[in-house]
Amino acid sequence: MELTGAEIVVQALKDEGVEFVWGYPGGAVLHIYDAIFQQKAVQHILVRHEQAATHAADGYARATGNVGVALVTSGPGATNAVTGIATAYMDSIPMVVITGQVPVPFIGSDAFQEVDITGITRPCVKHNFLVKRVEDIAETMAKAFYIAKTGRPGPVLVDIPKDVTDPSVRVPYAYPKKVSMRSYKPVEKGNVRQVRKAVDLMVKAQRPVIYTGGGVVLGDASDELRKLIKHTNFPVTNTLMGLGSVAASDKHFLGMLGMHGTYEANMAMHEADLIIAIGARFDDRVTGKLAQFCPNAKIVHVDVDPASISKNVRVDVPIVGQVKPVLKDMLKFLQERKTAPDAAALKEWWGRINAWRSVDCLNYANSDKVIKPQYAIETLHKVTRRRNFYLTSDVGQHQMFAAQFYPFEKPRRWINSGGLGTMGFGLPAAMGVQQAFPKASVACVTGEASIQMCIQELATCSQYDLPIKIVLLNNGYMGMVRQWQEFFYDKRYSHSYVDALPDFARLAETYGHVGMTIESPGDLEAAYKEAFSLKDRLVFMNVIIDPEENVYPMIEAGKGHHEMHMSPHLSAERELA
Amino acid sequence: MRHIISVLIENESGALARVSGLFAARGYNIESLTVAPTEDATLSRMTLVTYGDEMIIEQIIKQLNKLVDVVKLLDLSDGPHIERELMMVKVRAEKSNREEMKRMADIFRANIIDVTDCSYTIELTGAGDKLDAFLKAVNEDLIMEVVRSGPLGISRGVKGLGL
Repeated sequence: MELTGAEIVVQALKDEGVEFVWGYPGGAVLHIYDAIFQQKAVQHILVRHEQAATHAADGYARATGNVGVALVTSGPGATNAVTGIATAYMDSIPMVVITGQVPVPFIGSDAFQEVDITGITRPCVKHNFLVKRVEDIAETMAKAFYIAKTGRPGPVLVDIPKDVTDPSVRVPYAYPKKVSMRSYKPVEKGNVRQVRKAVDLMVKAQRPVIYTGGGVVLGDASDELRKLIKHTNFPVTNTLMGLGSVAASDKHFLGMLGMHGTYEANMAMHEADLIIAIGARFDDRVTGKLAQFCPNAKIVHVDVDPASISKNVRVDVPIVGQVKPVLKDMLKFLQERKTAPDAAALKEWWGRINAWRSVDCLNYANSDKVIKPQYAIETLHKVTRRRNFYLTSDVGQHQMFAAQFYPFEKPRRWINSGGLGTMGFGLPAAMGVQQAFPKASVACVTGEASIQMCIQELATCSQYDLPIKIVLLNNGYMGMVRQWQEFFYDKRYSHSYVDALPDFARLAETYGHVGMTIESPGDLEAAYKEAFSLKDRLVFMNVIIDPEENVYPMIEAGKGHHEMHMSPHLSAERELA
Repeated sequence: MRHIISVLIENESGALARVSGLFAARGYNIESLTVAPTEDATLSRMTLVTYGDEMIIEQIIKQLNKLVDVVKLLDLSDGPHIERELMMVKVRAEKSNREEMKRMADIFRANIIDVTDCSYTIELTGAGDKLDAFLKAVNEDLIMEVVRSGPLGISRGVKGLGL
């Protein structure tokens, strides 16, 4: 079979089983767009800004586990995609981004719409390629997909100059069945001796905590984790990225840990004598001050990326491997043991944890006059709990409220930008999820600041009939910025008030959607129910909330896990220094 | 602590930028970096000298290994190894000091590889401290130009860096 470069790009996508490509055409990718036009297997979704193309591909990847694909033109098309690429990189999301480039002879001449996108993205991709020969496209595409989805996943960028896709040049096409690279050999199983060492510590532990991150979700190891917890009776806490890997309703689950984590999760970490970290990377929002992090604990760390191990915190038992096979081994070795984990010690440990739990750190003062953001999320859960439900989020207070108050029972249901913290992520990510699961209920919880960073995508949702439910928690502020300014800048609210807001309900209507404005707590549940009953429509719910509610508990940056600020409502002096 | 690390890397455009970019982005020290193709034209070999405590060096090695283009690497400082650096020094060599310069080159077993009526260019190979010693021994005012390759390294004995 002889194909043009452009046809090879599209055929390679087919051979990879790609269903959707999110993109935006332009000069350098016109040949590829022409090839897309002449086939049906790969569906192209036209976004309204290239950032949204990468976020949508990313959301799709997070929800399905497949590689997300975006296609953009050279120059500004490529630079607009960078935020989405960096977002995927920080959260280890498998993604292939195809960028057009100026023709090879023009590279380096400051040609129209030329940027060195492989240079620009080098620090925020797992790998990138510049394809200079049409004969190399198929192999490069195969490598890109292989690298994106194996090992620690991540975005891979393939930059293709326009002349390489020249429709007048045809070359034989054969898609590589298997990729083998001498310089890239991702690990699979963990070292058995290391796993046995970890099991030794687990059996002896008096105060263990399992701390898991996005790696368990990405590695599809949620079942193995749940079995391990059941077998050991160990408490478990999740990072923001790990939520859903353990059922929130499981009594072993202590909630999220870290800066806005629960009192019981953070105190358990602080008092633990053994931490079993699984697919987590000891991010600063999780650890707080490193010198005070888990001061009495031995640490076992399971991660597919050796560079994640002992990067921020020195660990005692490193296990490099895919989370799933490692957890299988761990459980097997535990079951083979004659001695089980110390039941008496665990009983005492659970006693202490339950005392911390009884503080009820997420308790808040509800109101019948103004909608509290916590209540808005709790009510969202009440209305959607029986649905096949996915929740995406933007970044800020609403993201933390959603993480704290929406109990996720399954992995891949909570989709948010954790590492990079990208405002504007939520709506396009929801598009990717809804495209993958047309029958599922997909909601995006957002703020009036975040939503405006990608609000143009309301048009995309209209064009492709995506019935997303947008829950805008509107407090008129960049809430998290305002919160920090309240705490650390004597309430000098420098540029965190979002003035000149549009009437969001009417704005949604002009895009052909349903708009609602909800101001009273008493109306909220009925409004949600109505919105979710509109199966085929996007409903934009502008929920006016308490303008100055804060996210608690909170550990200030650079403080230890035991130095949490609790909500003033809980008791004036629950500040535990 | 000082470490000298040898890296076999795919000989592709951008490979060097990935390594230097990694050091810049993560704030690692880099004292010298030399790179050239090997006997296998698809591979380049890089020698880099860096400083850092144990945890940082461990990270540097892991991060280098993580680069998709890196095929293999070896921290030469882990075992017995040999280091050599090439230096070329252009010195003023006029009437009064012409003889002195020649004698100095002989003492250090250096070669004079270019001669004009007013200058010598001296080539010297050795461990870094030997090159430093030569520069110290020569009258500073007579040195016109110095160029150093940065160290190259190879491990002793059968252990080594190969595919």
